[in-house]
Amino acid sequence: MTTALFSIAGAVAIAAAVLVVTSRRIVHAALWLVVALGAVAGCFGALHAEFVALVQILVYVGAIVVLVLFALMLTKAPTNPLPALTTRRSPFAAIVAGVLALLLGTGVVIAFGNEKIEPVPAGSATDVGTAVFRIWVLPFEVLSVLLLAALIGAIVLSQRKLSERSDRLSSSGKED
Amino acid sequence: MPLVLPLLLAVLLFCLGVYGVLARRNAITMLMSFELMLNAVNLNLVAFDAWRLDGLATGQTLAVFVITLAAAEIGLGLAIVLLLFRGHGHVDADAARDLVEQDGGIPAADGAGTAAGRTAVEKGAAS
Repeated sequence: MTTALFSIAGAVAIAAAVLVVTSRRIVHAALWLVVALGAVAGCFGALHAEFVALVQILVYVGAIVVLVLFALMLTKAPTNPLPALTTRRSPFAAIVAGVLALLLGTGVVIAFGNEKIEPVPAGSATDVGTAVFRIWVLPFEVLSVLLLAALIGAIVLSQRKLSERSDRLSSSGKED
Repeated sequence: MPLVLPLLLAVLLFCLGVYGVLARRNAITMLMSFELMLNAVNLNLVAFDAWRLDGLATGQTLAVFVITLAAAEIGLGLAIVLLLFRGHGHVDADAARDLVEQDGGIPAADGAGTAAGRTAVEKGAAS
């Protein structure tokens, strides 16, 4: 049962991820990202990691994709199809990704081909919460400092003055 | 459930992310591809957690940490992208060549050099 659920969610995730990286409309790509991340959350649920699935939906779909959509809006991303969204190198990129998939897939099958995930008891937030605040307290605190540093960095970056460089950069931007 | 099922799904997601980072031109779509790759890592962590069942929920905790890191990464990345947009008027990762190295390994001193730097790079690639 869980295998079937996981397979369905995984197929949806793969299909949506393909559309994310190939769609010619950039806003559609961002919206397919919602589907892909939601399907991955479904996979987490099928693996009995309900807490991670909920955090995934809250943080990814609720925050990150909204942030991406805001950035698309602020950078005046066009909504019509853009053939130039993919570079000329994309066949080489496909070859690199395909070879990497082949290597990683072979390695995974050789290493874990016979292993099975036993049916696990339903996961709960209690286990994860206990683990976070009993064993992983120090990484948790370091992570909170890192988040603070990243957000301060983002604020500093976005408030930076471009006055003395802007004329030069905009002129070079016009060349392109 | 066989363990390879989530692992192969993670491999496919990761490689789609690699393709997106290499093939996409818009910096925001590159960031979206990064998110796909981080999700593949999370899937691995959760799958190995369900496989090992060490009682400490190590994999799930680490997956939550990675989600937090992804939030920090996307915030900082989008700030950089918006800075690029304010400076250049585009978010084309291929055309942002301010940090390109010249032949002698000296960075371009002034930005008149977008075109000069590009010819230098093409010269370097040809030689």
